Amino acid sequence: MTQTQTSELETRLLTLAAHRFGKSVASLQPSDDVFEKLGIDSMQAMELLTEIEGAFGVEIPDYELQGVTTFAGIAALVRRRLG
Amino acid sequence: MESVEPSHSAAPRDARVYEMLDATRYTSVGAMLRDALVQFKTHLAFTELDRKRVVHRLTYLDVLRAVERLARRFEDAGIGAGDRVAIVMTNQARWPIAATAAFFRGAIVVPIDYKLTPAERQSLLGHAKPKALVTEYPLFAPHAEGALSAIPLVLVSEVPANARLGHAQPWGALDGSDSDGGEAAPLEAPTFVPRALDDVATIVYSSGTGGQPKGCLLPHRAYLAQYSALTSLFPLVVGDRYFSILPTNHAIDFMCGFLGPLCGGATVVHQRTLRPEFLLSTMKSQRITHMSVVPLILTAFERSIREKLDALPGWQRAAVDRLMKVNERLTEKRPNRLLSRALLRPIHDAFGGELRMLFCGGAFVEQERAEWFHRLGLPVAIGYGLTEASTVATVNDLRPFRGDSVGRAVSGVELRIVGADASGVGEVQLRGPTLMLGYLDDEEQTRAAFTDDGWLRTGDLGHLDASHHLHLVGRSKNMIVTRGGKNVYPEDLEGAFGSVACEELAVFAEGYLWQTRGELVGERLVVVARLKSGADAREQARFRDALLTANQRLADYKRVHALLFTDESFPRTASMKIKREVLAAGVRERHTTADVLALSEPSETLR
Repeated sequence: MTQTQTSELETRLLTLAAHRFGKSVASLQPSDDVFEKLGIDSMQAMELLTEIEGAFGVEIPDYELQGVTTFAGIAALVRRRLG
Repeated sequence: MESVEPSHSAAPRDARVYEMLDATRYTSVGAMLRDALVQFKTHLAFTELDRKRVVHRLTYLDVLRAVERLARRFEDAGIGAGDRVAIVMTNQARWPIAATAAFFRGAIVVPIDYKLTPAERQSLLGHAKPKALVTEYPLFAPHAEGALSAIPLVLVSEVPANARLGHAQPWGALDGSDSDGGEAAPLEAPTFVPRALDDVATIVYSSGTGGQPKGCLLPHRAYLAQYSALTSLFPLVVGDRYFSILPTNHAIDFMCGFLGPLCGGATVVHQRTLRPEFLLSTMKSQRITHMSVVPLILTAFERSIREKLDALPGWQRAAVDRLMKVNERLTEKRPNRLLSRALLRPIHDAFGGELRMLFCGGAFVEQERAEWFHRLGLPVAIGYGLTEASTVATVNDLRPFRGDSVGRAVSGVELRIVGADASGVGEVQLRGPTLMLGYLDDEEQTRAAFTDDGWLRTGDLGHLDASHHLHLVGRSKNMIVTRGGKNVYPEDLEGAFGSVACEELAVFAEGYLWQTRGELVGERLVVVARLKSGADAREQARFRDALLTANQRLADYKRVHALLFTDESFPRTASMKIKREVLAAGVRERHTTADVLALSEPSETLR
């Protein structure tokens, strides 16, 4: 997978998150901590993930999310599912 | 000092109650569970969903067979009376099945929090020294090869094809259908091992992922007494459907999502994901009647309802507000589910329409939130408990609903307030059959946990009102409980900051430093640090950055939130341990909360 595709996926993901929680896309970076940057709790983070799954047409089991805190980390999980 | 006798009334004369087993007839949890599995055999014990798909349904008879098969395996591996069987699993039917099989063999169940990191789990396993470990592949896989080799029998469920298990073995299908070579020998019944009331049933870790694990030794007596007390207030019987979402390793779900429903013939529903959307869809599709939640989940539910209400046109919204007030007045004395449902049907339907009760633990439920749910006709029974006292010490019986208190002592629990100040606030202490015997292999901490006359020191501060309802106002222990229901001990964090350069540092719960009253939610952890004398702003900034970096490496619910610089050197004992109480008193004297610098916003999590 090329670098361009990678950043496209991340951009889509950041756009989704920004839209849901009323932030500007420009204020979010892939390396940001999802909880801190969006100021959300873990339940809201899970709601975001469900939305991401819907947008990308993948399913990520909850246990894979253990220890994942950044947008880049979530993007990696999505990418792995997309193959 | 004020002492209160158990004040909840006896079981209501409700026909439903008679179907439940009478815990006073048993001397062990295993014997009661065995009778329940036989008595309710045609009823549905477990329904398991993965998102919106139902993946399993097990009757009590299916469960009995699966328990016997596993108990036989334990027996063949030489596991018997007093041996320890650890369980590291997410919420699913296999959790209670494994525990029941261990109880059949007279073994001690050691529930381990599956949300801990592999290293943390390993450290608790090292402390508990189990003879068997039952786990699932996604939790097993991250352990380094050979890391679990000290445990003779390791059983793993959900093993993918070609996975390497080392010395571990697959648990296999619950009905034995995938036994080696398809030659499933007829099941040889396991030998049931009886236990006495004072024998240890479980070892439950209440904290201590750092230096000092605290494994509470809970006897069979504690669970049987607690079962009687809780089911006399809130019976769980055939036809009830309990939604088990708090980790089963935690005391609340162990009682309310395992022993309680199974011994009454109720159905336990498991959902493989904890996302709010799927929790709500399962509540609806499975017509859930009871569930236990932590404040964080209440918040998520409230958000979801408010979003729906906000989307209504103004006149409809005003109508709902009026109906909420009507409902509140009509259910003043006790909940009336059918009435509330009729008044507020769309809201109730979002939760499946059958919800009788939400149990919510602790001092940490915001009163306003509980009252809001009550106005909707969704009763939230707020309780208070700690692992050292099995599950529940006090609970609201909803007759009437109260959001301002954690309720009265449940039957069998004696409660007193010690060292009360002028306003009646002192330490909450407990006595009765539900208390632990002590901490595993730790006489020192056990001694510290009890008074000389055998009362458990909870470390929580509170007072009793005229109707014997307990009000918690703070704590005398240096500890916080997150909204997700996790205990965080600041002492455990100091090791994590060992590499951050400074003269000395200590971590405190803000409410311990300043003993703020009534602000138990969203509390901050504060690092008190002393830099070398004369350190300037640049050095302070450098320290702060290093601290932030170390902080980021911690599980998010353990992160500290604030920083306080102090010039005084820390008072220490002869063995150089920090005298925390003295240090805290000094900080209190010289500083106010205004001197505390925020590090970042607290982020709470269930993980």
